[in-house]
Amino acid sequence: MFLSMLSEAWHAMGANRLRTFLTMLGMVIGVGAVVLMMAIGAGAQQSIKRSIDSMGTNLFVILSSSSSNSGSRSGSGNSSALSIDDASAIGDLDDIEMIAPISTGNAQIIYAGNNWNTSIIGTTSSYFSIRRWNTESGEIFTEADIRSVSRVAIVGKTVAENLFGENDPIGQIISVKKTPFTVIGLLESKGQSFDGRDQDDVVIVPITTAQRKLFGNQIPGSVRMIMAQAKSEKYMGIAEDTITDLIRQRHNIRENMENDFSVRNLTAIAKSASETTKTMAFLLGAIASISLLVGGIGIMNIMLVSVTERTREIGIRMAIGAREKDILLQFLLEACVISIVGCTIGVALGLGGAFLVKKTFGAEIVISMQSIILAFSVAASVGIFFGYYPASKAAKLQPIDALRYQ
Amino acid sequence: MAKPIIQIKELYKDYQNVAGIFPVLKNVSLTINHGDYVAIMGPSGSGKSTFMNILGCLDRPTKGSYILDSHDVSTLNNNELAKLRNKTIGFVFQGFNLLARSSLVDNVALPLVYAKDQKELRVKISKNILERMGLGQYFDSKPNQISGGQQQRTAIARALVNQPKIILADEPTGNLDSKTTHEIMKIFDELNQIGNTIILITHENDIADHAKRQIHFLDGKILEDHMTEKNKVTV
Repeated sequence: MFLSMLSEAWHAMGANRLRTFLTMLGMVIGVGAVVLMMAIGAGAQQSIKRSIDSMGTNLFVILSSSSSNSGSRSGSGNSSALSIDDASAIGDLDDIEMIAPISTGNAQIIYAGNNWNTSIIGTTSSYFSIRRWNTESGEIFTEADIRSVSRVAIVGKTVAENLFGENDPIGQIISVKKTPFTVIGLLESKGQSFDGRDQDDVVIVPITTAQRKLFGNQIPGSVRMIMAQAKSEKYMGIAEDTITDLIRQRHNIRENMENDFSVRNLTAIAKSASETTKTMAFLLGAIASISLLVGGIGIMNIMLVSVTERTREIGIRMAIGAREKDILLQFLLEACVISIVGCTIGVALGLGGAFLVKKTFGAEIVISMQSIILAFSVAASVGIFFGYYPASKAAKLQPIDALRYQ
Repeated sequence: MAKPIIQIKELYKDYQNVAGIFPVLKNVSLTINHGDYVAIMGPSGSGKSTFMNILGCLDRPTKGSYILDSHDVSTLNNNELAKLRNKTIGFVFQGFNLLARSSLVDNVALPLVYAKDQKELRVKISKNILERMGLGQYFDSKPNQISGGQQQRTAIARALVNQPKIILADEPTGNLDSKTTHEIMKIFDELNQIGNTIILITHENDIADHAKRQIHFLDGKILEDHMTEKNKVTV
């Protein structure tokens, strides 16, 4: 019974191919849009999540802020207010798990005939633990290297590719600002940070070596910034205050004076970035759902036309024994077949579109079975919901009225 | 003694339109027995079509009782009426009323679909009846690929497929030429001879002469109800 009705629904659709196709198109576009938008939204969320994970958790960055000593104010991180001693004092706080003082700069790196401009980070070995950054091959430098101002360097993936190509970077000698460094480690890839920088385009050296051989600080022991990791998420709020109080005290800043440093909660910034992406993903999904709704209305419209057009057929069927239920099922089934076939094509098109977006724009795409099932079940319900009214209208016809209809 | 299959007592049917209530059938009483061959006649507007719709359970009377095959039709709901139409009545319409998109076999099998028979059985029975109607080579044709007479034979096959107790034919030859009319009427005569109850609605005398009994309607009432020559011959 059901099978023969299904095949009848199929034939009825075939009777007016262009119309069926156009009706289906609404569904195809709706479902395709939902699948595509969900894939893009989830992809964006995933890439943000990965960059946040790659950054490390429960992080603060303490930057020396603009100094206005000589009247001209320079930007953040340009004064030399923070010192390595500030860093170790922060490290002694109860709320803080680990700290890493950081000096940064840019430099041209030369290896054999190749050269590459990249950012140099001078820091201590705890930097690698805070950022949960391991080497792919080789090793990281030790406390002894820092004490002895060793000329050793750990390179990021991008730098290694540009300088050494296919060759093994470990043990090679590179020249940074005319100082030779031995490459002792290759970092594993972290990809983009959540603000879009390539985190692998970096060379990391001991902080002492960076200060003495590369950046030539005027004030010995000063650092650009300090990275600090709180013991856990619940210490984040308190830690920000205790760090601020500690540094104010150490820098002898009186109560009515401005800080000469700033404390940034990186985790909070990352969280807000993640919230933004979530909102974007939701918006994309919501807009796509509207097209699904429009597709559903299209089905209802065509089914109403179809019921009117086939009133006489309904009358014949009723005269030879079709019950209300049979007629209802027949038209409902037609609406469902249209929406399910449209849905299948839509899913295929959405997936195709997602791969196209990945190929053309290089955007990260995440296709979950969940989103496909969701789109599918929503579309099927839309078909039933919008098919029900025309079908019940057909079923409620009186046989004699339907037969007389011209 | 013949058993009654249709018993109608004091039946009225009114239609309501903007001008008010308009009576179509006024106090009609009638009994039709198993194996009868009845022609219902009358000019347009005499109420014969309305009467046929009520007989066919497509419409309900305003007042009066209608007992069809021992079911009191006025007490049945829409589903029960649908079942009664499916099992008890075979319709043959003036305009054939076949489904244009379906093959002849599918058209004939449709009442069996609603009777929930198995597909193999449906196809077998339908082909059998189509063959009896001389349409053996048209199983998969569509109604618009065959002639009017062939279409009406398909419709008769559909009416017979559920082995109904009554065949109700509303002007079955109204759209056919005289040669085809003759062929179709021959089928009805034969069906009656093997025991089918047949009710014909017609306004043509030569069609009505095939029947054993003629009932004339005028202004919503039965004017005349008499046996024909043919009845006397068979009895």
